[in-house]
Amino acid sequence: MLEIKNLSFEVNEGGEAVGILRGVDLTAEKGEFLVVTGPNGGGKTTLAKAIMGLVEPTGGEILFNGQDVTHLSVTERANLGISYGFQQPPRFKGLRVRDLLELASGKKDITRDDCCLLLNKVGLCAGDYIDREIDTSLSGGEVKRIEIASVLARGSELMIFDEPEAGIDLWSFSRLTETFRALHATRENTIIVISHQERIIELADKVILIADGKVSHAGTKEEILPFIFDPTNVGCAYDRKAVEK
Amino acid sequence: MNEVDLKLLMEIAKLESVPQGAYNIRKNGESAGRASSDTIEIVSKTDKPGIDIHVKAGTKNESVHIPVILTETAYTETVYNDFFIGDDADILIVAGCGIHNGGCNTTQHDGVHTFYLGKNARVKYVERHYGEGEGEGKRVMNPETVAYLDEGAYMELETTQIKGVDDTVRKTYIECKKGAEVVINEKLFTHDEQHAESKMDIVLAGEDASGRVISRSVARDKSSQIFFPSVTGRASCFGHVQCDSIIMDGATIKSIPTVAAEHPEATLVHEAAIGKIAGEQLQKLMTLGLTREEAEEKILDGFMR
Ligand SMILES: Nc1ncnc2c1ncn2[C@@H]1O[C@H](COP(=O)(O)OP(=O)(O)OP(=O)(O)O)[C@@H](O)[C@H]1O
Ligand SMILES: [Mg+2]
Repeated sequence: MLEIKNLSFEVNEGGEAVGILRGVDLTAEKGEFLVVTGPNGGGKTTLAKAIMGLVEPTGGEILFNGQDVTHLSVTERANLGISYGFQQPPRFKGLRVRDLLELASGKKDITRDDCCLLLNKVGLCAGDYIDREIDTSLSGGEVKRIEIASVLARGSELMIFDEPEAGIDLWSFSRLTETFRALHATRENTIIVISHQERIIELADKVILIADGKVSHAGTKEEILPFIFDPTNVGCAYDRKAVEK
Repeated sequence: MNEVDLKLLMEIAKLESVPQGAYNIRKNGESAGRASSDTIEIVSKTDKPGIDIHVKAGTKNESVHIPVILTETAYTETVYNDFFIGDDADILIVAGCGIHNGGCNTTQHDGVHTFYLGKNARVKYVERHYGEGEGEGKRVMNPETVAYLDEGAYMELETTQIKGVDDTVRKTYIECKKGAEVVINEKLFTHDEQHAESKMDIVLAGEDASGRVISRSVARDKSSQIFFPSVTGRASCFGHVQCDSIIMDGATIKSIPTVAAEHPEATLVHEAAIGKIAGEQLQKLMTLGLTREEAEEKILDGFMR
């Protein structure tokens, strides 16, 4: 359902072209659960943003259900069934949690129960949150979980989550992995999660390792884990201790 | 009352018909309806245009609506309304002005509202300004709000200029005695070639007085806005002014704040920010399927709510 061919993204730094994505190939089938991992600065967020249309690639193509979406607008892609949960979600003065969930769900009048259900999936109690503004009064972990709930609210065919675990407490993280597991069990949505968490990697049908703007390894978790936890592996300077922490 | 009148009333006071409780509707300089209640008395002034509103001490859960509508072109008025709020009263006052100018001359309403709040009285004052009309004539409103808060009194002002006001100079002066608290929520939206000025003076004169101003504005097109918020602390008190503006298109916004401490225990804070809509916010809403324009509208709606 998703096919990425030779995707590249270059920026100009001091008159020199720097490759952020350098020929990424990737496919995802309907109902698949993919985890994208790899070192900081490897290009994971850039790849996700390119799929959503937030970053305009300088080469290659992106096919969604057979359609070339490489140059479609963000809005068009959203309406085709692609959604993305930001690594660092923006805050809005005046926009309430319920407003965001309403916009995300596309329903005219989202009920309290609908909100409840969605927020519960990310370990938030709706009663405390639905009328709160998504401004600086919310904590980092709260904003992050509301962001994830907004993606869940869309129920898109393709959902991309960018480090959903970041800044989230252990209890909410457990709830979140449950949510991902349940969502995956329906096989209705294709899920791509950018993550550094072993417990999320465990859910994966396929793990993609991105380093230095390229897919360095791709395969089942059993195949990939050794590369992740092998500290001597070049281009993947991951330390098992750091991952577990 | 005709359809235009009702639409204006709806815009400024969310009224679908004659309000509950005490009210006075002023249309083109004449009274279009008035009612007093057992505890709230409205009487016309004899020396100048306007009314006196007397609220008995201890009045609770009552409201006063005093909307003003102008539907004639080339009509200018200055109106003085005085509110005398008895001790311990707790009421809602809804004012506002709607102008429908279908002609080509300026229609202008200058309203001077003065409040005297008794000890421990609580007032929520809501004021909305709105202009419309296909005519070339300008719609001008210059509201002036003055309030004297006695000990322990509390006043919340919610002032909103919704749309369609070509020129406005808003003046606000609030004085708080011991333990009195004022909260001002100002919302200002200008578009096209409109100009708005807001001068706010808050004097925290008594011990433990507190004042908070939350001003949010949006300036679109070629409109211009100037803010002069000022808080003076004359006792051990707390004052906070927060101005937040979104600037768009070719608009201009200027904010010139003053915080003045005249007492060593006065704590006064001022924050001001002017900026365009954050790109990330637009992006986020677009990932939810909104177009850029729709996303912009939603962000502005939320910001100005
Ligand atoms: N517009 C840009 N201009 C210049 N450099 C950029 C731009 N976008 C991304 N980069 C750089 O590209 C690299 C990849 O960034 P990206 O955010 O995709 O990494 P990531 O894999 O998501 O990292 P992390 O694990 O820290 O989230 C980084 O070095 C980043 O600084
Ligand atoms: Mg990232």
